[in-house]
Amino acid sequence: MWRIIHQFGSPPWVYRFCDRVIPWLLPLTLLALCAGSVWGLLYAPTDYKQGDSYRIIYIHVPTAVVSLAGYYVMAFAGLVSLVWRIKLADTAMRAAAPIGAAFTAVALVTGAIWGKPTWGAWWVWDARVTSMLILFFLYVGVIALFQAYENKAIAARACAILSLVGTVNIPIIYKSVDWWYSLHQPASIKFTGESAIDSSMLYPLLGMIVTFYALFAVLMMLNLRQLLTEEHAKSSWLGKRLAQ
Amino acid sequence: MGGHGAYVWSAYAITLVVVGISLLRPWLATRRLKRVIQQELSRQQGQTMRDAATGLADEVADASQA
Repeated sequence: MWRIIHQFGSPPWVYRFCDRVIPWLLPLTLLALCAGSVWGLLYAPTDYKQGDSYRIIYIHVPTAVVSLAGYYVMAFAGLVSLVWRIKLADTAMRAAAPIGAAFTAVALVTGAIWGKPTWGAWWVWDARVTSMLILFFLYVGVIALFQAYENKAIAARACAILSLVGTVNIPIIYKSVDWWYSLHQPASIKFTGESAIDSSMLYPLLGMIVTFYALFAVLMMLNLRQLLTEEHAKSSWLGKRLAQ
Repeated sequence: MGGHGAYVWSAYAITLVVVGISLLRPWLATRRLKRVIQQELSRQQGQTMRDAATGLADEVADASQA
C-alpha cells in the first residue's frame, strides 16, 4: 500500500499516469457533457413554477458542487506539502487553483443569470451567494499569492496555509441555507430518504454532477502535465520520455 | 424555452467558453513546451557529436604526427 502512495510523489509516474488517462477520459467527458446538456435542455420536463429557466441547474449545481470538492483537493495538497514536504503536492495545489476558480465563477455567473427571472435580481447578498463569492476570492488569492513571492518554496508554503485556513468556508457554504434566512433554496438532494426533486430532473442532474467531477479530474491532469513539463524541462527522465 | 431562452442559452454558452479555454490552455502550452525541449535536446546532441568528432580528429592528427 505504501508503494502505491509513494508513486504519487514521483513526477515521472504521475506524468505517465496523465499521459495514459487523458487520451480516453477527455473524449469520454466531452461526450458526457454533450449528452447531459442535451438531456437537460431538451428531454427533462419543464418546471411548473419556474418554466424553462430552471434548466440552468444542470450547469449551476454541478459547477458549484465541484468547486467545493475541488477546494478540498487544493487544501489537501497544501496539507501534504506542508507536512511531508513533497514538491509534487505543491504542483497539485497549483494545478487545482485555477480550475476551482473557473468553476466557482461559472457557478456564480450562471446563478446570477438564473436569479434574474426567478428572484427578479441579478445579485443578492444572501449567505450562500456571499460565501461562494468569498470562495472565489480564496481561489484567486491562492493563485495571486504564489506569484507574489520570488522564492517559490516559500510561495507554495504561503499558498498552502491560505488554502487550509480557507477550508472553514466550505461547511459554511454548505450549511448557509440551513443556518440563515436565505433566498437560495435548501438542498433538494437528500443522501438519506426522498429527494425533493422529481427523478426525471434528478437523473440528468446527477449525471452532470459526475461529469463535472470527471472534467475536474481531466483539467487537473492537463494542468499537472503542463506544470511538470515546466518544472522538469531539464531533467533526463523527461528528455528520454519526449524522445520516445 | 418559454421566454427564458436568452437566460438559459447564455448560461450554457458562457460555460462552454470557460470549459473550452480551460481545456485548451494547458494542452497548447504543454505542446509548445515539449517542442522547445525537444529542439534544445537535439541541438545539444548535435553539439556533443560535433565536439566528439573534433576530439577524435585531434587525436588522429596527434597520433599521425607522433
